[in-house]
Amino acid sequence: MGSEPSDTARLTTTKIVIAGGFGVGKTTMVGSVSEIRPLFTEEPLTERSVGVDDLALVDRKTTTTVAMDFGRITIRDDLVLYLFGTPGQDRFWFMWDEMTYGALGAVVLADTRRLTTCFPAIDYFEERGVPFLVAVNCFPDTGSHDPADIAIALDLNPGVPVLLCDVRRRDSTREVFVRLLEHVIAESPQALNGAHHETG
Amino acid sequence: MEEQPDRWLEVERGPIVRPYALTRGRTEPEGEAFHLISVVQARVEPGAVSRAEPEHHLLLTLCQRPVSVVDLASDARLPLGVTRVLLGDLRHRGMIITRPAAARNDGAVDIHIIREVLNGLRAL
Repeated sequence: MGSEPSDTARLTTTKIVIAGGFGVGKTTMVGSVSEIRPLFTEEPLTERSVGVDDLALVDRKTTTTVAMDFGRITIRDDLVLYLFGTPGQDRFWFMWDEMTYGALGAVVLADTRRLTTCFPAIDYFEERGVPFLVAVNCFPDTGSHDPADIAIALDLNPGVPVLLCDVRRRDSTREVFVRLLEHVIAESPQALNGAHHETG
Repeated sequence: MEEQPDRWLEVERGPIVRPYALTRGRTEPEGEAFHLISVVQARVEPGAVSRAEPEHHLLLTLCQRPVSVVDLASDARLPLGVTRVLLGDLRHRGMIITRPAAARNDGAVDIHIIREVLNGLRAL
């Protein structure tokens, strides 16, 4: 045990998940604030609905390799924030649990022309108690929108922030993440310090 | 054009060889899972692994300083699952150590780390 590398070499890693329908701008959002890095991952070809035990041996080797990206922001030499965009297609649901585990929070990126495409992501984060906000990507041809109307249309719980953004712009994207982390801190049981504790 | 490191990969299409040929068919690493942003670091020099195991050697070379699992897979241009299996081998031999990401066992993250990230984002 005495040969462990020194603590000066410590690296702290964190992540934020970005979810939303296919083509809503997740990759653009990640690219506007971070270094994009390519990653190959393996996609099971078998249906996830098949019993897990059945997949344990033979079928799990039946994979195809798919390319995906992730973003990397070096906050400090020893502190990194990763941005993972959830794959838009349904067949990639198997990646969601892994991406979400240990995430600081999540951004649900919405397109007002196709609001329903972000319902699955909202359900997913609500069910798992992952703090999130909804960022509405304002495409040039979508006109103006009132975040309050969108919150109603999405049937969001009170307190879930909704903000408008332009994911092509670095400052706008950064503001989304800043607002998310402010929300995460405000909602954190550690911040509430036991003053208010919900059991349900 | 690069040659050696990329010989099993094409940029657009991914691996030319079936990925799990590199792991002798194994799809899961030995021992605990490697999370996406778990940090790994070599405890030995790259030369501790024979070049007869080029992928193990490559990974050990690339993790001489602490690096996350996803960065390592990206640097090595190896598929994520394959990277994890090979890292499991290295860990089994005591050649790397693993540190969890900032998340605690329950998946939550300490609030002071969140504040540090927030301050860093504001300063971007």
